[in-house]
Amino acid sequence: MADPASLNTLAAIDPVGDRTGAVGHMDGPRGRRPRRTVSRANIFLYGTLLVVSLYYLLPLWVMVMTSLKGMPEIRMGNIFSPPVEITFQPWVKAWAEACTGINCDGLSRGFWNSVRILVPSVVLSIAVASVNGYALANWKFKGSEVFFTILMIGAFIPYQVMIYPIVIVLRELGLFGSLWGLVLVHTIFGMPILTLLFRNYFASVPEELFKAARVDGAGFWRIFLQIMLPMSLPIFVVAIILQVTGIWNDFLFGVIYTRPENYPMTVQLNNIVNSVQGVKEYNVNMAATLLTGLVPLVVYFASGKLFVRGIAAGAVKG
Amino acid sequence: MLVPNHSVRIRDLTLTFGAVTVLQNLNLDIHEGEFLVLLGSSGCGKSTLLNCIAGLLEPTDGQIFIKGRNVTWLEPSERGIGMVFQSYALYPQMTVRGNLSFGLRNARIPAAEIESRVARAARILQIEPLLDRKPGQLSGGQRQRVAIGRALVRDVDVFLFDEPLSNLDAKLRADLRVEIKRLHQNLDNTMIYVTHDQVEAMTLADRIAIMRSGKVMQLGTPDEIYNRPQSKYVADFIGSPSMNFLDGHYEQGMFRSGDLNISMQGYKLGAPQIADRPAILGIRPEHVATGALVSAAPIQGEVVVDLVEPMGSDTLVWAQVAGKPFRIRMDGQARVAPGDRIPVGLDPSKASLFDAKTEERL
Repeated sequence: MADPASLNTLAAIDPVGDRTGAVGHMDGPRGRRPRRTVSRANIFLYGTLLVVSLYYLLPLWVMVMTSLKGMPEIRMGNIFSPPVEITFQPWVKAWAEACTGINCDGLSRGFWNSVRILVPSVVLSIAVASVNGYALANWKFKGSEVFFTILMIGAFIPYQVMIYPIVIVLRELGLFGSLWGLVLVHTIFGMPILTLLFRNYFASVPEELFKAARVDGAGFWRIFLQIMLPMSLPIFVVAIILQVTGIWNDFLFGVIYTRPENYPMTVQLNNIVNSVQGVKEYNVNMAATLLTGLVPLVVYFASGKLFVRGIAAGAVKG
Repeated sequence: MLVPNHSVRIRDLTLTFGAVTVLQNLNLDIHEGEFLVLLGSSGCGKSTLLNCIAGLLEPTDGQIFIKGRNVTWLEPSERGIGMVFQSYALYPQMTVRGNLSFGLRNARIPAAEIESRVARAARILQIEPLLDRKPGQLSGGQRQRVAIGRALVRDVDVFLFDEPLSNLDAKLRADLRVEIKRLHQNLDNTMIYVTHDQVEAMTLADRIAIMRSGKVMQLGTPDEIYNRPQSKYVADFIGSPSMNFLDGHYEQGMFRSGDLNISMQGYKLGAPQIADRPAILGIRPEHVATGALVSAAPIQGEVVVDLVEPMGSDTLVWAQVAGKPFRIRMDGQARVAPGDRIPVGLDPSKASLFDAKTEERL
């Protein structure tokens, strides 16, 4: 039936060639369809992108330029123009000399306070939350779902409601005003979202892996440390980014739960910028703001790809 | 009271999740060195039973003995079992060597001993060149071999397999099936093997336990299961293409269905005397005699061919008997076309007769 000779004749008739008029030749479109570079869709697309990026970049431009100008030049009012004479004096002043209250050692004090708050808060909150998430995903106990639900409700209660009770709790613990009090507050407030993140990630790890480890005689901690941890770098990166940026940018808890000598960088920035005495030094304010924003900025730039991967991984399975 | 040659004994095992009963008062005795296959469609409780034996699930009630020891409350690692999973479940960040030795390191076995056990397992499974690779660099078949090796190094009495071949392609599955059979012949361990694939079950098992909704429907050798199914469910489940069933009546040694009368002479009834009752006659497509064999069959007749499915090694013919579709398996060389009338023969001794109400074998 399938005689090769008859198949050849069928192909020779070439119905496509018949339709396109190019009988006998295999002309016409071939391969990828060409696309015009300058088309209405492209103009619209790139135009929008350009406008949006300008919208976001202009303020940054103004801040950087202003911070590099001297006060006389700023008073001339051309905020978009680059500095005629570049000076780093405002940056030096913002970092080391600007006054807040009686202290005149600039933002540096706040920076180191922030670091001292940030490091233990991030380490502690992630350590606790990762074990929480692991236990809730793999070692379900009676009431573990209820516990998890209660923890999640914590994420939806506005911070303002809890401010005063926490003041009392910290006072009773003898931690009020100290750096460790603030570390404790950050750890607790990071718990719901971080636990959710880790629980979802560990829930997406195949259950059979966990079972195999149990058959191999590994217990709670060994499975966590030797099996789960090495597999979960992306979610740890996400957690670190969330906590570093969140805690670094925190203002409310910093101003409420610490004393002035322990104020984090954000609070000190506010105090420098909002001081009402003397001349408004726009260049110093801009430099101080840029300095404060530098840490989250660096974190985002350094970890962009890992961050997206981790967020996607943590999002699987609810 | 425990007979020593029982490797695994399961007593009154019940498992419920809330209102759902997964396992119901299940009893099962598995002999030393036996290859037992738990076979059933998905959701029948076979994997759950295996997880209970492994200690990964806590039974609601009942007991489990391994080697005469009550292990019901023991941790998986203390039960003397090794387990192989469907998804291989290899630790991704460890090398093959690390995967094989993880359990031994946890048990604090001396390094030299670990070394020699890993080497032995790698030799048996022919994965020596792979020892320093990560699981991600292995093919599916290699991964499953490593997973088997992980059970092998533990030097255990009982091997548990949870659908180990289901993730492999057809050819690899057939290869590894033979390897598992050979492994069992060489090691002589007790093996409990869960599958939904009846070919795996028939080829590997010393005995098969057919499960349905948390109960064992029939426990027997592949030969018993295939030739003397104790219920219509088992008869229907085993065999491909599946058994033909004719509804009718059993009356004084005859099976009647419509205008069809079949003498059941030669059929071994379960009881010496059986009262007349509605019954179902089951005939496997491959037990219908065709061609030259028809003249030797006790009962002969003729059918009209409806449809032909050639499969190379044999040909499946669809016909009508007593108004219902009827499958006949013919030799692959037979030439038949729809509309042909072909002679067929039946042998009642190879048929199965079931009570129409209880669906149990008569």
